[in-house]
Amino acid sequence: MTKTVLTVDDSRTMRDMLLLALEGAGYRVIQAEDGVHGLEVLAASGGADVVITDINMPRMDGFGFIQGVRSNPAYDSTPVLVLTTESDATKKARAREAGATGWIVKPFDPAKLVDAVRRVAA
Amino acid sequence: MDTFEAIKATFFQECDELLADLETKLLDLESGAADDETINAVFRAVHSVKGGAGAFGLEALVRFAHVFETLLDELRAGRKPCDELTVRTLLRASDVLADHVAAAQGTGPEVEEARSAALVAELEVLTHGEGGSPAPDEAEDDFGFQPVAFDLPSLDLPSLDLPSPDAPGAPAAGGWRIVFRPHGRMYVNANETGLLLRELGRLGPLEVELDDSAVPMLDRLQPEENELVWTIRLTAPVDEAAVREVFDFVEGDCDLRIEPIAGEGPELPPLIETPDAPADDIDISALLAKVQDEPAAAVTPAAPATSAPAAAAPAASATAPTASSPPAAAAPATIRVDLERVDRLINVVGELVIQQAMLAQRVTESGLARSSGISVGLEDLELLTREIQDSVMAIRAQPVKSVFQRMPRLVREVAEMTGKRVRLVTEGEATEVDKTVVERLAEPITHMLRNAIDHGLETPEERTAAGKPSEGTVRLAALHRSGRIVIEISDDGRGINRERVRGIAVSKGLIAEDAALTDDEIDNLIFLPGFSTADAVSDISGRGVGMDVVRRSIQSLGGRISISSNPGKGSTFTLSLPLTLAVLDGMALGAAEQTLVAPLSAIVESLTPKAEDVHYVGGHDAVIRFREAFVPLVDVARTMGFRDAPVPPGQGVAVVVETESGARAALMVDAIHGQRQVVIKSLETNYQQVEGVAAATILGDGRVALILDVDALVANARRRPAAADLKLAS
Amino acid sequence: MTEAPTNAAARELIAFRIGEQEFCVDIMSVREIRGWTPATPLPRAPGYMKGVINLRGAVLPIIDLGARFGLRTSEPTARHVIMVAHIGGRMVGLLVDAVSDIIQLDDGAVQPTPDVASEEVRAFVKGIFALEGRMVSLVDLGLILPPAEAEAA
Repeated sequence: MTKTVLTVDDSRTMRDMLLLALEGAGYRVIQAEDGVHGLEVLAASGGADVVITDINMPRMDGFGFIQGVRSNPAYDSTPVLVLTTESDATKKARAREAGATGWIVKPFDPAKLVDAVRRVAA
Repeated sequence: MDTFEAIKATFFQECDELLADLETKLLDLESGAADDETINAVFRAVHSVKGGAGAFGLEALVRFAHVFETLLDELRAGRKPCDELTVRTLLRASDVLADHVAAAQGTGPEVEEARSAALVAELEVLTHGEGGSPAPDEAEDDFGFQPVAFDLPSLDLPSLDLPSPDAPGAPAAGGWRIVFRPHGRMYVNANETGLLLRELGRLGPLEVELDDSAVPMLDRLQPEENELVWTIRLTAPVDEAAVREVFDFVEGDCDLRIEPIAGEGPELPPLIETPDAPADDIDISALLAKVQDEPAAAVTPAAPATSAPAAAAPAASATAPTASSPPAAAAPATIRVDLERVDRLINVVGELVIQQAMLAQRVTESGLARSSGISVGLEDLELLTREIQDSVMAIRAQPVKSVFQRMPRLVREVAEMTGKRVRLVTEGEATEVDKTVVERLAEPITHMLRNAIDHGLETPEERTAAGKPSEGTVRLAALHRSGRIVIEISDDGRGINRERVRGIAVSKGLIAEDAALTDDEIDNLIFLPGFSTADAVSDISGRGVGMDVVRRSIQSLGGRISISSNPGKGSTFTLSLPLTLAVLDGMALGAAEQTLVAPLSAIVESLTPKAEDVHYVGGHDAVIRFREAFVPLVDVARTMGFRDAPVPPGQGVAVVVETESGARAALMVDAIHGQRQVVIKSLETNYQQVEGVAAATILGDGRVALILDVDALVANARRRPAAADLKLAS
Repeated sequence: MTEAPTNAAARELIAFRIGEQEFCVDIMSVREIRGWTPATPLPRAPGYMKGVINLRGAVLPIIDLGARFGLRTSEPTARHVIMVAHIGGRMVGLLVDAVSDIIQLDDGAVQPTPDVASEEVRAFVKGIFALEGRMVSLVDLGLILPPAEAEAA
């Protein structure tokens, strides 16, 4: 069955790139432009198999978004990958603390992206 | 264009938006209009530019954006003050960032290394303090930029990410023994042991031992106390990094030990004492099934406890998948449409308007009664057609903001070059106008702003001496007025030197030496072709282009430009343009068997003059009395060369028209056919500009009609010295 | 793109008549051929500019080729023909008496224009060739349009 990935990023370029990479790997992709929108899209589409979110976004940032996902019993076991330009141990710990399942370091290699999604997708 | 190029195009498009937003927000910071969110938005703009640039391997852009971003990160965290000097540096940095973007896009020259480096140095001083070494700070650390080309072919090969050869831990001959104890936290973050095993299984054959002896009793279960211990033997010639990679996401949320299985060597002590661990091989699928039941079941009930349960419940009901109810805070839904499709739609609607007009004409010609069903239906059709046209045009309407946003930078640059102090005030940025008009506004506005700063404003010293604030103000405003968009560019500078302007006009033979002109007429002389010369135009304001060229470019858009000036107080340029270049409300006029269209906006009144109302000056230049003044009479058919004889005295209709600057003339025609909304067609597409003709259109009968360039006709008539003299004599 | 490749060995031409004379242009330049419809005159245009017509919503200027070549002209009638040609990125209607033929021409067959032709004709003709005993002039469409006036006075 086709898996659905929700991408949350305020940059159109990033959304397009994620879309291209994920659709190319056979995923269905739904998109949102910030954290608030992300929660709305998640609710409207009845959840996703994997969520990928940026951190720096207007209205609600990635941390707020993850908290929103984790605090809803409907999605609390949905894997959430964080897009980050930062890959050191403190940033990883911070992402984990915020409830992220894993991370993707930007700029990302499409193969790595797809691999990360596959790793966390049930 | 392939997908990759399309995304790159999107990136540059997005850059334009981000850069515009960046500048707006920085100007808010400068003017004190900023709020707490402003600096975050500034940071995000630069961050997004950097992110996209990284994906495309645009290294120079990434490097600059990174230094810029690092300072912004300090500012938004409040670790460095966001003072006036800083904001000014940020503004200049945003200019350089824009230049880097343009260079990367190929629409601008390479950024001078020295200029970029100088700003980098400034930014770093602000980030680290004076003399502070740009030691690799946190941001520098986590950056570790390694551009990864977004390589399309690799999309087809979602291969396992093998670790790089230089990774630590050489392949172990006997494989790896992995002892793994997940913490409850790991499950909270939606990681699953089963998935980790699945990943390990991709590396090679596994033997898994599960010790559940430490699983707590349900009644004392806490996520943090999930104590399943997994011992996994991986028989695969992979290196340690490949194994660690599998646990990358859960590192810190588990206890993990990875040891090489050294052939016959002694077993390493277990992670925790696990008496009587089952030694049998376990079927992995059975294990996975067990795992999926067990930890999930164990953890899920406890999960809400980790967040605020009170908050969780309403949140759950609010975000439950009820799908259909639209979220209240959602921005208006938008779609992005290829402009070509919109243009095609507009063209087709244009044809529809013409067809509708043709049909209406045929029906009128057929002599059907106005009350007949067909006539009534046709009227409804006309209303609908209009509505469709308005709606379609609204699709392409855009706020002038996109053009206005480019101006602060221009003003900064011109101010710097001329040594003047300038404050730019913009108003009416949200005023909407057709996209085709928006695009063509930039050039005249640029030119007039340059002109206002270079010629209009005095130097700070001169201003102080004149008792004015040393900083000059240039105002750029947009507003809607009677179906047109009006752009005003005003300065509080010295105003037009009328004596000098008049002198130049006389010396160039543009006006007679004794011509008596009003102040307004003198001011508007600067638009005459041949008025501006190289010595009158500095390289900043003119770039060798005179105001007549500006006027012509505006006229080609169906626009008008005029100036009003107040000596010592400043000047205002007023530019008036149609809201769209696609349609025009016009009056159809008949002259020598031809139908011509005059823009309705230019028409003041029409009258049927008696023979004695028309006066002749100097043989053949006619004037007509209109409201206490004589205005020149332009015989349209003769001026256009359609026939030699003028409209016979006592016949025909005089249509009094007025230009934006207030100059009037009467157009003498045979008849008035009535109002029409016409679709504007360019003559220049297949031919060339024609004097006295603004454009063409297609009438209801399918024939081409010319749209009169009223300004040119009036200017032509008023340049006749006799007309000007007589006006004053009256 | 409007000019036919000059290195092609053979090309197709459209032949047309103006008065007694026969001319031809590269068929690739001609988009369509239509009957004469009255044109809207343009002010102060050269005599050979007959005005503009509506070609499916586009404004098409009409050049009277006979007048352009300095040959005698007559008022166009419904029997006259407009060849819609693509010249230097523009669409232009060329008014001629009739279209007479479509011919295959070997480039080698073209000879320089002899001095006997009038100066106007020579200005627009690249060369001549014989076809079944008739003389046909090869017209250079690039020279037909009036020089673009950068600025109307």
